[in-house]
Amino acid sequence: MAIPLSYNIRNVMRRPVSTLTTAVGVGLTVMIFIGALALAEGFHTALVQTGSPSNAILLRKGADSELSSGIGRDAVNIIRAHPAVAVGPDGRPLVSADLVVVNSMPRIGQPGSSNVNVRGVDITSLALRPAVKLTEGRAFTPGTDEVIIGQRIAKRFANCRVGDHIQLQKRTFTVVGHFAGGGSAFESEIWGDAAVLGPALDRDNVFQSVTVRMRDPKSFDAFKKELEADPRLQVQAKREDLFYADQSSMLTNVIRFIGVFITIIMAVGAVFGAMNTMYAAVQQRTREIATLFVLGFSPLAVMTSFMVESVFLALIGGAIGCLMALPINGIATSTTNFQSFSEVAFAFRITPGALVAGLIFAAVMGVLGGFFPALRAARQTLAVSLREG
Amino acid sequence: MSTLSLVFVNLLRNKRRTFLTLFSVTVALFLFCALGGVLDTLQDSIKVGSESHLVTRNAISLVFPMPLSYRERIAAVPGVKRVALQQWFGGTDPNNPHNFFAQFAVDPVFFQIYENDFGLVDASPPQARVAMPPGLDSRFQAFMAEQNACIVGRKLMEKMHWRLGQTVHVSGTIWPGDWPFVIRGVYASKKKSIGEEVMYFHWKYLNERGMAGQGQIGLYVLDLDNPERAADIARTVDAMFVNSSAATHTETEKAFQAGFVSMYGNLPFVLRVIGLAVVFAILLIAANTMVMAIRERTREFGVLKTLGFQNSTVFRMVVLEAAIITVGGGAIGALLAKGLLERGGFNMGGFLPPMTIYWQTVIIGIAIAALVGAVSGLIPAWQASRLRIVDALRRVD
Repeated sequence: MAIPLSYNIRNVMRRPVSTLTTAVGVGLTVMIFIGALALAEGFHTALVQTGSPSNAILLRKGADSELSSGIGRDAVNIIRAHPAVAVGPDGRPLVSADLVVVNSMPRIGQPGSSNVNVRGVDITSLALRPAVKLTEGRAFTPGTDEVIIGQRIAKRFANCRVGDHIQLQKRTFTVVGHFAGGGSAFESEIWGDAAVLGPALDRDNVFQSVTVRMRDPKSFDAFKKELEADPRLQVQAKREDLFYADQSSMLTNVIRFIGVFITIIMAVGAVFGAMNTMYAAVQQRTREIATLFVLGFSPLAVMTSFMVESVFLALIGGAIGCLMALPINGIATSTTNFQSFSEVAFAFRITPGALVAGLIFAAVMGVLGGFFPALRAARQTLAVSLREG
Repeated sequence: MSTLSLVFVNLLRNKRRTFLTLFSVTVALFLFCALGGVLDTLQDSIKVGSESHLVTRNAISLVFPMPLSYRERIAAVPGVKRVALQQWFGGTDPNNPHNFFAQFAVDPVFFQIYENDFGLVDASPPQARVAMPPGLDSRFQAFMAEQNACIVGRKLMEKMHWRLGQTVHVSGTIWPGDWPFVIRGVYASKKKSIGEEVMYFHWKYLNERGMAGQGQIGLYVLDLDNPERAADIARTVDAMFVNSSAATHTETEKAFQAGFVSMYGNLPFVLRVIGLAVVFAILLIAANTMVMAIRERTREFGVLKTLGFQNSTVFRMVVLEAAIITVGGGAIGALLAKGLLERGGFNMGGFLPPMTIYWQTVIIGIAIAALVGAVSGLIPAWQASRLRIVDALRRVD
């Protein structure tokens, strides 16, 4: 027969200070764990959301990012005419040949400068990226020295307010609007007319990437095969969402690795703390445990009961950890994605999965911390226990 | 019996608890020093940059090149001793694209400017006699004689299991295609803060094969006669090109490196926050243990006081007991971190110098541990010292 759960709950509640300190120790570990997951997830999401599964992106063969790529105007025209490319309501193919460069800009509030992606696009190509919406000001007028800036970096870099001026090479560009991009990495970019930016940056006839909307996303494999085999193009095709997921892989992995490294070490400390508390609980209740034996509870029941108590204690900690982690959800931060060599601003993103993982993590700490003390409780001999207590 | 030996006897009474607490403090301090080490290392990567070198890049950003013709004009600026070329290649390992390492195309002057930072430790015997730039280490002969020769860092050799004389392949990203290089020299750093995970090869080869002779340069490194004139010279250089096709931005190598560190954005701050959370967590664990340990011994304190121990002595005993556990555990953890991690290879694929944990960080760690001990011991110590003998002896727990 099992010992009622309420026995454990009351025991835990009877020692509020000790329970709380142990639980908060576990909670802090869970908080850092969830925080690391949220950081990795936030960055990953920002990049993944940048791509759409119905778009394909073309880079030069061998290039691993837009920066190292280059596609000539002739090749762009060949791609534009391909029958697999979807056509917009105005009858023009949904193709965006982007000019991408990084511009070193001074930060606000932090010393130093960082690289910001500058993307020259064709204004009609906005249809390819439905998530991009203006939040302030207006869109740039094609053919003029106007740019719009992603809302995430607008606050992080100098000269990014509407009406400010940005110097690119010898030309001065006016900021006329800010735009949102559904949390994507586009929100960390500066957009202008490719036809103006190209000559301004001495990149007249070369684009870094070509993004196309597929008429039928299922035909991607055939499309890819055909274009990659075309000797005039020398390009490689990727599904846009996969391309951006790939661009996030290095930093996401680094964050996850560091996060796991830190939390495992912290968890060892927290488990030891839980063990201490549980040993003390077992010791204090020596006579109580003996009484349980006398009442006919089996050693297994006693052991299970103490394990349950330990897991319960840890779960309180896990819940505290989840609560402490929640406020970081949505906090924006930024770092350089070395795969694209440009700054990406993103928000910590706590997913329900991360919270569940945190609670499971706490329960595991409870099991590990409770095992030996519970074993000790189960192994007590009756006579000694009754006499000692 | 002195107070100290009494404290030790108490510590050894519940060995398991003492050990568990000590070890959790050890683990926490290990982590604290590891995080501190990462921050130290980031700071270190700034110090790698010298104040007597200037770096000139395109004003827009590092990604834009400058023409080769700038070299002569920069070299003619008074106060500039010599100018080296450096171009990021950005190739990947064809067998595993995620196996990142840095490659730079450089000219021989580059090795001369940095001869105090790193030098050859192993080189192929010269095949043919070639004209060597004056002052260059003669062991560079085999490298100089071969168009697609390269020099590889010692750590990178180990990591990739390469041998001297071997032909290795790199896939170009910016300049596409398969690029075979013959390893003609292995370099080792002469300073602790310089990494050994970079491949250098001839810029001339890149120019001929990759750039179709267009002569594009990513960076010029300027060696100066007098570092004190660095700011003046930087201004002169930039003024020279302000109306050219590629305007330049010239800064000291140190500022250039600091720029890379600032690119990490808020990440160092996040590490600091985690470090604080770790410290707070151990504070809780240690405090909890001390409270438990003292509560168990309530009756004993009554006995001690009956025997004539003063309140202040009891107070000191308890604080001391807590401090010994935390300082002991802290010192082990901090020293372990220094010993283990400095040998380990956390350096972001050669971007950061080898990991260093300063003694300063270790000492701060131990000081924090001592503080944690004092704080976690204070409340139970205060309780124990205030205890009235009658209450202590009567209390059943």
